[in-house]
Amino acid sequence: MPADFNWAIGGEAGDGIDSTGKIFAQALSRAGRHVFTSKDFASRIRGGYTAYKVRTGVDPVQSVVDRLDVLIALTPRTIDENLDELHEGSVIVYDGERTTMQDVEIPEGMIGLDVPLKGLAEEAGGAIMRNVVALGAACAVADFPIENLDSALQKRFGGKGQAIVDNNKEAARKGKEYVEDEYDHDFDYDLETTDNDYVLLNGDEAIGMGAIAAGCRFYSGYPITPATDVMEYLTGRIEQYGGHVVQAEDELSAINMALGAARAGARSMTATSGPGIDLMAETFGLVATSETPLVICDVMRSGPSTGMPTKQEQGDLNMALYGGHGEIPRFVLAPTSVSECFWKTVEAFNLAEQYNTPVYLLSDLALAVTEQTFPPEAFDMDAVEIDRGKLVDEDTIGEWQNEKGQFRAHALTDDGISPRAAPGTTGGAHMSTGLEHDELGRRTEDTGMRVEQVDKRNRKVETARETEDWSPREFGDPDSSNLVISWGSNEGAMEEAIALLDDEGIDVRFLSVPYLFPRPDLSEDVAAAENVLVIECNANGQFADLIEHDTLTRVDRLNKYDGVRFKADELAEEIKTALSTEVKA
Amino acid sequence: MSSDVRFTDFKSDKQPTWCPGCGDFGTMNGMMKALAETGNHPDDTFIVAGIGCSGKIGTYMHSYAIHGVHGRALPVGTGVKLANPDLEVMVAGGDGDGYSIGAGHFIHAVRRNVDMSYIVMDNRIYGLTKGQASPTSREDFETSTTPEGPQQPPVNPLALALAAGGTFIAQSFSTDAQRHAALVQQAIEHDGFGFVNVFSPCVTFNDVDTYDYFRDNLVDLAETDHDPQDRDQAKEKILDASKEYMGILYQDENSVPYGEKHGLSANMSEIPSGAPDGAMDLVREFY
Repeated sequence: MPADFNWAIGGEAGDGIDSTGKIFAQALSRAGRHVFTSKDFASRIRGGYTAYKVRTGVDPVQSVVDRLDVLIALTPRTIDENLDELHEGSVIVYDGERTTMQDVEIPEGMIGLDVPLKGLAEEAGGAIMRNVVALGAACAVADFPIENLDSALQKRFGGKGQAIVDNNKEAARKGKEYVEDEYDHDFDYDLETTDNDYVLLNGDEAIGMGAIAAGCRFYSGYPITPATDVMEYLTGRIEQYGGHVVQAEDELSAINMALGAARAGARSMTATSGPGIDLMAETFGLVATSETPLVICDVMRSGPSTGMPTKQEQGDLNMALYGGHGEIPRFVLAPTSVSECFWKTVEAFNLAEQYNTPVYLLSDLALAVTEQTFPPEAFDMDAVEIDRGKLVDEDTIGEWQNEKGQFRAHALTDDGISPRAAPGTTGGAHMSTGLEHDELGRRTEDTGMRVEQVDKRNRKVETARETEDWSPREFGDPDSSNLVISWGSNEGAMEEAIALLDDEGIDVRFLSVPYLFPRPDLSEDVAAAENVLVIECNANGQFADLIEHDTLTRVDRLNKYDGVRFKADELAEEIKTALSTEVKA
Repeated sequence: MSSDVRFTDFKSDKQPTWCPGCGDFGTMNGMMKALAETGNHPDDTFIVAGIGCSGKIGTYMHSYAIHGVHGRALPVGTGVKLANPDLEVMVAGGDGDGYSIGAGHFIHAVRRNVDMSYIVMDNRIYGLTKGQASPTSREDFETSTTPEGPQQPPVNPLALALAAGGTFIAQSFSTDAQRHAALVQQAIEHDGFGFVNVFSPCVTFNDVDTYDYFRDNLVDLAETDHDPQDRDQAKEKILDASKEYMGILYQDENSVPYGEKHGLSANMSEIPSGAPDGAMDLVREFY
């Protein structure tokens, strides 16, 4: 029996796939099991293939794998789409009474459970509950106590009245009992429960939660997949903490509103995806030159242009590092997991204010649509610290005024960091501009001041390099001569790949890099390794280029750009192949 | 806020580089007078400027200010005001900045009705790039990029504002100092988005829409029986292409600004040194 259990529901968009998957994931989470979910969806509202996959284990799970134990197939295509992942003994739950499912052929070696989902749902109170019947059937197959489903149903439908909740519970039981009565079969699964309490959330939600925790009060954005969940999360919640969300007319407006709020002294953020970042690029230069603290989140998707809006890619790294005309100091952070989405957001706000600099938060679709379980302490709010940097008040502003009492908002300092005064602070009135400016913020074309201001803005990056900890996260065997490096969302899959490789006697040292600029110097690590493999979800190896640039050493690359994230077992296989090729050579 | 603020307190020690005789001098003086008259202090005032000759205004005035990117001044002002409603926010720009590259933001700022003022220095030409047609240039106005005139009708900013649900729509003339300052003051005092289109002649590149032209052609609404609260009257006058009006075209005295509708009264710049009280509730929600 496998240690982890893989379940999926698939059908057409509009079939309620998402909410059904979420209910099952929540039931598992509430039963003290770890959960990792993934979604496969098309860029359309109705129709088109959609699937929601849940991987669960008593031990932490943090990636998807190429295996499905139970599949709820609402359409014939669901079976075709997942054929590669089904195995001997996989259970396929379907409704043979559904017109399109009547002639379904269950692949050889697999177990087809024909359950009258719609019929049983109608008996329980309405055909709309047919997916819940399927969840009940899945409980029977997986030997998962159905009581755990009840609280998830309560959470999902509680707002619609107890009668609806009770009908759903009844629907689930009908599904379970039908399987038990009609199929006298031990499916060999036993989803044990634990007493642990987990929370289940996705990367976009973690970013939104991190923003509120970090004191973000203003958010402006424009809806775009897969960043919209950040805005949806904040809407209705940030108000409870004294903040506000504005849905702007476009991304240009969104970043400019966020800039305005930041100039007014608020912690402020916008989030978008690649196309939106392109539109924001001009103002990004103003944010940096006016030395305004701002967090700009790019939840990457497959590009360029409109690309594949609902598919995964890590293609915006170069844009984040180099985007915008002129030379622009900035920080670029990339959370490596759902929980890191929270912590890197908190850190992004601190860095932005400590250095009066825009901070890019590079998340991606894989993180955004992944829900993962964590112990609540993973988001320990007591551990959140807020550092507002050189924010002056009426008592300290005198240190930063010239002899005429004018505030030197762009003062030339040794550490490169100028002071910041929130409007309303007496004696702080000053001009700021995207034009090159003097210490008072006024336009200048003086060659000396130009050089001094550019040097000052660059100097804060040097200060940050020396002051902050930009270390990578390290996994695997620290003494291995096989070094794998990646950035962003590949961490979970890679961690599991390490375990799989270890089973085969292959040791790997893995460095997961959450800081892209400034970033850790990996020269010694690369020099110490015999084989260096850089993995990332893009075609050109943008991060591998950086590693080569930094270390002056050629590295091997493993790139995936088909729109699907790395899966742990696939990654292990690819790494094994890459290493054996390397060894042979 | 101190009551002894003089309008010169809003003046910086930078000498304007506008051409001698530029309408923007008068526009700016009126803005400073209006700010002082309404009891504001430079430390509690935020000016957002666009790009172009008009955009230089933030440098010549004294207050908290930012000079934005081309066309995006209104969203910046919106962010400032919503983040700190205690501030007096004034956005200034030109006809190119506001009605061409920033036209989209203009319409949405009008309908959003944030409590700030928007002063557009309309000289019907691009001055800083040395004389190209602007969105308010006349159809037959010959310029370096439109040798036969733009051959398209000018934008009517007042009509756009009215159509978008504007709650304060006024037109002013920069050289008519007292009347202009009074109109800007009314825009500031209006509860909502106070929009003033100011004829601010370009003496270097526009030899059609001159001081003399406006002096001869402007109809002062104060000398007519125009009722600014009557939207139909406003519509009729705004759509009358044969006349130029000065004064308040339309004002909705029942205007409820965005911030009030959304219950925004807190200064968002003040935050605790750690996560806010009760933040663990945000985590528990995911059980």
